[in-house]
Amino acid sequence: MEGIYGILEAILPMDAFRFNFMKNALLAVLLLTPMLGLLGTMAVNHQMAFFSDALGHSALTGIGLGIVLGLRNDLAAMLIFGVVWAVMICLIKQSGSASTDTIISVFSSTSVAAGLLILARGGQFAKYSSLLIGDILAVTPGDLLYLLLALAGTLAVWVLLYNRLLLTSVDSMLARSRGIPTRLIECGFVVLVALAVMLSIRWVGVMLINALLILPAAAGRNLARNSRQHAAWSVGIAMVSGVSGLILSYYLDTSAGATIVLFSAVCYAASLLIRSIRK
Amino acid sequence: MLHHCDLCHIDLDRISVKRGGQVLLQDVSMHIHCGQLTVLIGQNGAGKTTLIRTLLGQLSHTGSIRHVDSRGLDIPHLRTGYVPQVLQFDREMPLTVLDYLAASLTARPVWTGVSKKTREQVRKMLADVDAAELADRPLGRCSGGELQRVLLAQALQPAPDLLLLDEPVSGIDRNGLKMFLDTLVELRRTRHMAILLVSHDLRFVREYADHVVLLEKSVLVQGRTEEVFTSPEFESVFGTGEKEEEGNA
Repeated sequence: MEGIYGILEAILPMDAFRFNFMKNALLAVLLLTPMLGLLGTMAVNHQMAFFSDALGHSALTGIGLGIVLGLRNDLAAMLIFGVVWAVMICLIKQSGSASTDTIISVFSSTSVAAGLLILARGGQFAKYSSLLIGDILAVTPGDLLYLLLALAGTLAVWVLLYNRLLLTSVDSMLARSRGIPTRLIECGFVVLVALAVMLSIRWVGVMLINALLILPAAAGRNLARNSRQHAAWSVGIAMVSGVSGLILSYYLDTSAGATIVLFSAVCYAASLLIRSIRK
Repeated sequence: MLHHCDLCHIDLDRISVKRGGQVLLQDVSMHIHCGQLTVLIGQNGAGKTTLIRTLLGQLSHTGSIRHVDSRGLDIPHLRTGYVPQVLQFDREMPLTVLDYLAASLTARPVWTGVSKKTREQVRKMLADVDAAELADRPLGRCSGGELQRVLLAQALQPAPDLLLLDEPVSGIDRNGLKMFLDTLVELRRTRHMAILLVSHDLRFVREYADHVVLLEKSVLVQGRTEEVFTSPEFESVFGTGEKEEEGNA
């Protein structure tokens, strides 16, 4: 790690990065934001903003169930629950039994209530409150390794899924007529988003994770004309917001996650303005 | 009973589709010949889209669908191309025609860009349907007629044995429609593929169709255009008004 820290200090010779916890946070931001920025493009195009929001909330239930089942590892509990939850929503949505909004809302409120019920037993919730806003400054070198693996894994699956998912999001019946297993592809994407959200939630927080997934992609959508530009803008805005928000939070003494999200929101507002000027 | 014919064709034999206790298609038997434009007509709810979806393999059915050669021997695979009635998509999506067609041609994700080879391939696909100028246009900014051409270009790659077009005429002006049908006629001639078109525009059906099938859950009548248009079944479905309208056109 010392080598990487040295490079960071050379590139960013500022007071904020004298501390290793800030360098770790910066590295985490550089791993998390491209992953969320890329996935966000399709979450926005596939009109899944509400879904991913609800997915974040379900992390509470995941941890709660983990405790009930005696799992020591919170992350494993969240990942397993997140994936099961995502697949369930996907299957119910595809069965066409009720509108997607209603289904997601039912799942979201149920999972939040169940999570709170378990975690707040005996006034213990304070122990878990950091999950709500996340703590990117607590990232360790070990965490960075699994974030790196997560980014690599996401990219690999994303490369496999993307074109078929794109065709599915334009018209699923037409995509099916071309031999694309649309239901499988949609569920694959939902699971990928679930994994990315659950892996990030400890650092970004339940309240903010969705903003980081959706805001850069939504801003990128206002500026891009084609898929490549959309991905480039989304990843670019996510990374710039991540790094700028982290630095600002240090000097303003504010919450890193919240500052990053607010920076993304400013980018979104600017993208709307540019779009209206272009029109 | 259908006659034996000398061309390769798709042979539908007593196709029935039921869903939720309702009969959507009942004993539909017909041939769709290679090198011919077969037009499916009928009222709304007659089962035209159901038949298309059945041919696409998206609905379970009884009866058989065989792809047979001119000697009546089975050809194992039936490759279909499909142009839907409308495309219900988010028109604000940052997606060009080039992106969309490239995504259906290659595994390389289009967010990483489109290779020169694929770009050339897309341009050729579009040129084949007189739409070369659309490559860099956002998909959401294409008119109804332009979108149909893009979808036709997509349906033709890889080359299908059976091209299915579900009412591709709605939402297109008459000039656009004529251009589209002229393209289909050209394809029928040059590529010798079987084309099944669902149409509501009886004037164009009369002008372009080689074979017409009147559907009302089952086949009421089928044959050459004039045979069908002068049949009592046609009159019972469409009344005499349609004929007068055609005569005035």
